[in-house]
Amino acid sequence: MEHALDTSMTVNGSPVRRRIPARQHLVDFLREELGLTGSHIGCEHGVCGACTVRVDGDIVRGCLMLAVQANGCRVDTIEGLSDSGELKALQKAFHEKNALQCGFCTPGMLMAAQDLVLQKKKCSREEIRNHISGNYCRCTGYQAIVDAIEQVLNGQS
Amino acid sequence: MKAPSFAYARPGTLAEAFDLLERHGERARILAGGQSLIPSLNMRLSSPELLVDINGLRELQGVSLQGKALRIGALVTHAQIEKSPDVKKHASLLAQAAPHIAHPAIRNRGTLGGSLALADPAAEYPACALALNASFIVLSRKGERHVKAAEFFKGLFETDLKSAEILAAAEFPPADKAVFVELARRHGDYAIIGLAGTRVASQKRFVFLGAGATPVFAKNASRAKSLAEAKEALGEDLDPPADLYHSSSTKLHLARVLLERAWNTL
Repeated sequence: MEHALDTSMTVNGSPVRRRIPARQHLVDFLREELGLTGSHIGCEHGVCGACTVRVDGDIVRGCLMLAVQANGCRVDTIEGLSDSGELKALQKAFHEKNALQCGFCTPGMLMAAQDLVLQKKKCSREEIRNHISGNYCRCTGYQAIVDAIEQVLNGQS
Repeated sequence: MKAPSFAYARPGTLAEAFDLLERHGERARILAGGQSLIPSLNMRLSSPELLVDINGLRELQGVSLQGKALRIGALVTHAQIEKSPDVKKHASLLAQAAPHIAHPAIRNRGTLGGSLALADPAAEYPACALALNASFIVLSRKGERHVKAAEFFKGLFETDLKSAEILAAAEFPPADKAVFVELARRHGDYAIIGLAGTRVASQKRFVFLGAGATPVFAKNASRAKSLAEAKEALGEDLDPPADLYHSSSTKLHLARVLLERAWNTL
């Protein structure tokens, strides 16, 4: 049986082809093989959300998906979304509202927040909190993060 | 931590999947959404020799109406259940339960079939399936068999599924009214206790999650004629196990709180 598989995927718009060990999860592959270290590894069992990436347009836990399962998929990471300018408004709001301190959770937090922004609806603070409930921040706390997301979603200053 | 080494196969047909499962027996595990299996691999609580990824099997997809029952394929994700107009209309209990399952990024991958086949007693869908009297469609090389939810959940993480069988779909009969409520410390955490309630004509059914080794049908409370009687009777139905933070009596108290909320909705 195959313990490593030839796998093709599109990462941040570029085609990638590698032979990947079955046991390697997607974030390890992105970080170790492709050098995309913006997606962080916190808990490695789906609790903290630091590894949030987008697969075929949906946010997923990068540590709870095997890299070989991304065969044929479009994978977008914080690097891709940042470079394309998609996150510009959120990044500006996080800066202005001081919504990060150590920054470890920030890439995952931005990926989750952008998922909400793309739904193009106004949200209460409660709804924002629910949406980022799977992303842990252990230093700044959530008040400023919710402020920043709210500013982008609802156009408040 | 990192998962131990294992082989991986993604069969394109059911026949190939049965071949792999028959050949490798207990050493193989089926990978659906992976939102419980992959954490258990990463924590090395489980070390299969082979993962059989069933995500390529079209037969396990889709939501369709079969007579009056709603058939939901095993690979349908929590996010799809949450958003499906058909689920909202024909099995609203599931649509109400889905947002309680973990977080958006997990609901995008986790599946109905994975949750039912794992049979975590704190999970939402097993309780919903029992409250709705769902039937499970189980496939093997020999063909198809149907198992009622009441016979499917055998014990803690234990189901009626045999080796080399695949849970393909579940069929949910309609209910006149349904309500799902749960109490959790934080949104998306496993529930301290939860309740899936249905009413068909005048017949109510209350099923609790987080209240035992399997979802627990509260037989006596479901038969009661008044709320006071039902709350009293719940003491005979439930003997919930204590967890790290809540004693058994606290959980029973909270179960009664949920029963009252559900009773007033049904």
